[in-house]
Amino acid sequence: MTSPLEQKKIRITGPSMVTANRTWDGAVVYRTAKQGWSTELSDSAIVTTSDEARALLAEATADDVGAVGPYIAPVELKDGGKVKPGNLREHIRAKGVTIDLQVPA
Amino acid sequence: MYAYDELDRTLINERVSEFRDQVKRRLSGELTEDEFKILRLQNGVYLQLHAYMFRVAIPYGTLSSKQLRRLAHVARRYDRGYGHFTTRQNIQFNWIKLAELPDALSDLAEVGIHAMQTSGNNMRNVTSDQWAGVAPGEIEDPRIWSELIRQHTTLHPEFSFLPRKFKIAITAAEHDRAAIKIHDIGLRLHKNGDGETGFEVLVGGGLGRTPFIAKTIKPFVPGRDILSYIEAILRVYNQYGRRDNIYKARIKILVHELGIEKFAKEVEEEWKAMGDVGLTLDHAAIEEVRSRFSYPAYEKLPHMPDELKQAAHDPLFERWRKNSVSAHKVQGYSIVTLSLKPVGGPPGDATAEQMDAVADLADKYSFGEIRVGHEQNLALPHVAKRDLPLLFKALDRLGLATPNVNLVTDIIACPGLDYCSLANARSIPIAQELTRRFANHDTADLIGRLHINISGCINACGHHHVGHIGILGVEKNGEEFYQITIGGRADENAQLGTLIGPAVPYAEVADVIEDIVEAYLALRDRPEELFVDTVKRLGVEPIRERVYATR
Ligand code: HEM
Ligand code: SF4
Repeated sequence: MTSPLEQKKIRITGPSMVTANRTWDGAVVYRTAKQGWSTELSDSAIVTTSDEARALLAEATADDVGAVGPYIAPVELKDGGKVKPGNLREHIRAKGVTIDLQVPA
Repeated sequence: MYAYDELDRTLINERVSEFRDQVKRRLSGELTEDEFKILRLQNGVYLQLHAYMFRVAIPYGTLSSKQLRRLAHVARRYDRGYGHFTTRQNIQFNWIKLAELPDALSDLAEVGIHAMQTSGNNMRNVTSDQWAGVAPGEIEDPRIWSELIRQHTTLHPEFSFLPRKFKIAITAAEHDRAAIKIHDIGLRLHKNGDGETGFEVLVGGGLGRTPFIAKTIKPFVPGRDILSYIEAILRVYNQYGRRDNIYKARIKILVHELGIEKFAKEVEEEWKAMGDVGLTLDHAAIEEVRSRFSYPAYEKLPHMPDELKQAAHDPLFERWRKNSVSAHKVQGYSIVTLSLKPVGGPPGDATAEQMDAVADLADKYSFGEIRVGHEQNLALPHVAKRDLPLLFKALDRLGLATPNVNLVTDIIACPGLDYCSLANARSIPIAQELTRRFANHDTADLIGRLHINISGCINACGHHHVGHIGILGVEKNGEEFYQITIGGRADENAQLGTLIGPAVPYAEVADVIEDIVEAYLALRDRPEELFVDTVKRLGVEPIRERVYATR
C-alpha cells in the first residue's frame, strides 16, 4: 500500500474520506461532516472530487489537538449506502489485525 | 544481573516527569504534533496504524524476574495483554494510549527500565549476545563493554543528534549471536597474541533500502581504547555523513562511497590526531562496571544428574532438550531457550500471563534472570541440569516449549501491515501460515537449521536480507506481493541473500517456500548439509529451476 503519509498532490479517483489517529489514545478516527471525529467509518464525510478532498483534509488538519496525521483514503460505497474501506490498509485500520492472536498453548 | 547506580535512576526518573509534562502540553494543545513528535520519539513512542506504539529497551537482553513481571503489568494494565519482543533486544507494546504513557513509563522506571534511545537519530540500545556471561568459550562477558559504551553514549550531546540512528552490537563468542555484521559498528571481543583483550572493529553494516555487510577496519583495538576509537569513527562520520538525504545518511553509505580502506585510514588518522581526549578506560573504570554485574552462586553439580538420565526415556523431553537446551560454561548447568514461535502464533509475542509465569520459573530455576535474543525468543541462562525435566513440563503447559529453535518455524518477522504504518504488506500472517505448513516437528528436524526472515517493507526490520530464506513484502497495483531471496545469513559469515525469481502474491508465498525447501532436500548432498551450505555450493540456479519449473 503506498504510504499515504506523504500525500503531496491531492488527486482522488473515487469516493474518499479523511482518517487519522485520535491524539489522546491513538484510536483510528474518521472526519465527519460535522467537523468532528468518529471511530465509525460509517460516520465519515465522503468526498468525490479532488477539491472537496483538499478542503476536507485542510479542515481536518487544522484540528491538531483532536487527531494526528490526517490523510485521504479511499472507500467503497456499497448498495444501500454502506461504506467500506477502500484498500487492505484501511480495512486493517477499521477492523483490526488479520492475525489470530490466540497463542495456542 | 546488573545493578544501576544512583545517577542512572535519577536520570530515568527525570525523563519520566519531563515526558509527563510534555504529554500534558500535547493533550492541551500547547504543543503541536510537529513539536511533540521529536519528543515522543526520544521516549520510544511511535504512531502506528491503530494506536501509539511504545518501544522499551532491554539493555544487552538481560532482564530480572522483577522487571519481566513489570513488563507483564504494563501489557495488562495499559495494553491488550501482550507484548512483542523485537530483533534488537526491545519489547514493543502496540496499543498504548498516549494519555497513559507517562504512567506506564513511571511504573517501568521503578524497576530501572526505560525507553531512552529506542528511536530517533541517536545511539540506540547497544545489543549483545543473549548468552553473554554464560556461553562456554567466551573471551569475557561482552555486557561489561556494552555497558561502558552505553554509559559513554547515553544522552551525550554528540550522540543525540547524529545524521541518522546509530546501532552497535558486541559479541565475545566464536559464534556470533548478536548479528554484529549488520550493525553500524560491530565489535568482536578477542585476545591478541600477547593475551591482551580487545576488539576487532567492523563498520558499515546495515540492511534497509541499501543493505551492506560490515567490514573490518581494524583487527585489534585494545579494550581500554575502545571509546576513543568509537569517538574517532563518529567524528569521521559526522564530518562526511550526509544529513541532506535520509536514505544516504547511514554510515554504511559513507563507508561504501569512501571505500573501506580510505574510511579506515581516515579513522586511524583522526584517532591519532585526537590524542588523549580523556576517553581511555583505566583498569579501575572497567573493574567498576565489571563489579556491577553479579553472577549466581553456582553449585557444584554433576555433569549428568540422575533426573536427566531418567527423563531421557521421554521422547518429547528429549526432542525439546536436543533442540532448546545449550551448553553452559559451568558444569551441571544449561542455557534454555524459550521459543516464542508456537505453531500458528505471531512470532515474538508473549502474553502477560506467559511473562509472569516465565518470571516465576526464572526465580525457581534460573536465579531470577531472563535473556532476550535477537531471534525474538527468550532464554533462561542458568538452569541446573537436574531441573530440566520439571522446567520442560512447566514450559510445555505455557506453550513455551515448542522444539523449533533455529528450525524452519523459528521465524523472525516484523509487525508488517497488521500494525505498521510504513508497511507494504503483511508479515505475521505469512509467518503463521508457514508455521502451520511445517508444523510437523519431525519434518522440521529433518530439514535442519533454516532461518526464515520476513519484512513488510524495505526498512527490513525483519532482517529479510540475511534470512537463509528472506521474504520481503512489496506492493503491486494495491495487492500484496513478496520477493523471496535465498542464501542470506546473519552470523560470522554474514551474507546477503539472492533473489530467486519474480515476486509472488500473498496466497502463493507458503507454496513457494515449501517448494524451495523440497528442492533443497532433493539437492543437499547429505543430511548434515545445511540449507545455506547447499545454496552456497550450488548457487541459486538449481533451486530456482525446480521451484519455477512448474509455475
Ligand atoms: C512497528 C513499528 C516499526 C516502525 C515504524 C519501524 C520503522 C523502521 C524504519 C523506518 C527503519 C529503517 C531506518 C533506516 O534504515 O535508517 C527500521 C529499521 C529497523 N527496524 Fe524497525 N520499525 C518498527 C518495528 C520494528 C520491529 C518490531 C523490529 C524488530 C522485530 C524492528 C527492527 C528494526 C531493525 C533491526 C532495523 C534495522 C534494519 C537495518 O539494519 O537497516 N523494527 N525500522
Ligand atoms: S520492515 Fe517495514 S513494515 Fe516491517 S516493521 Fe519495519 S517499517 Fe514496518
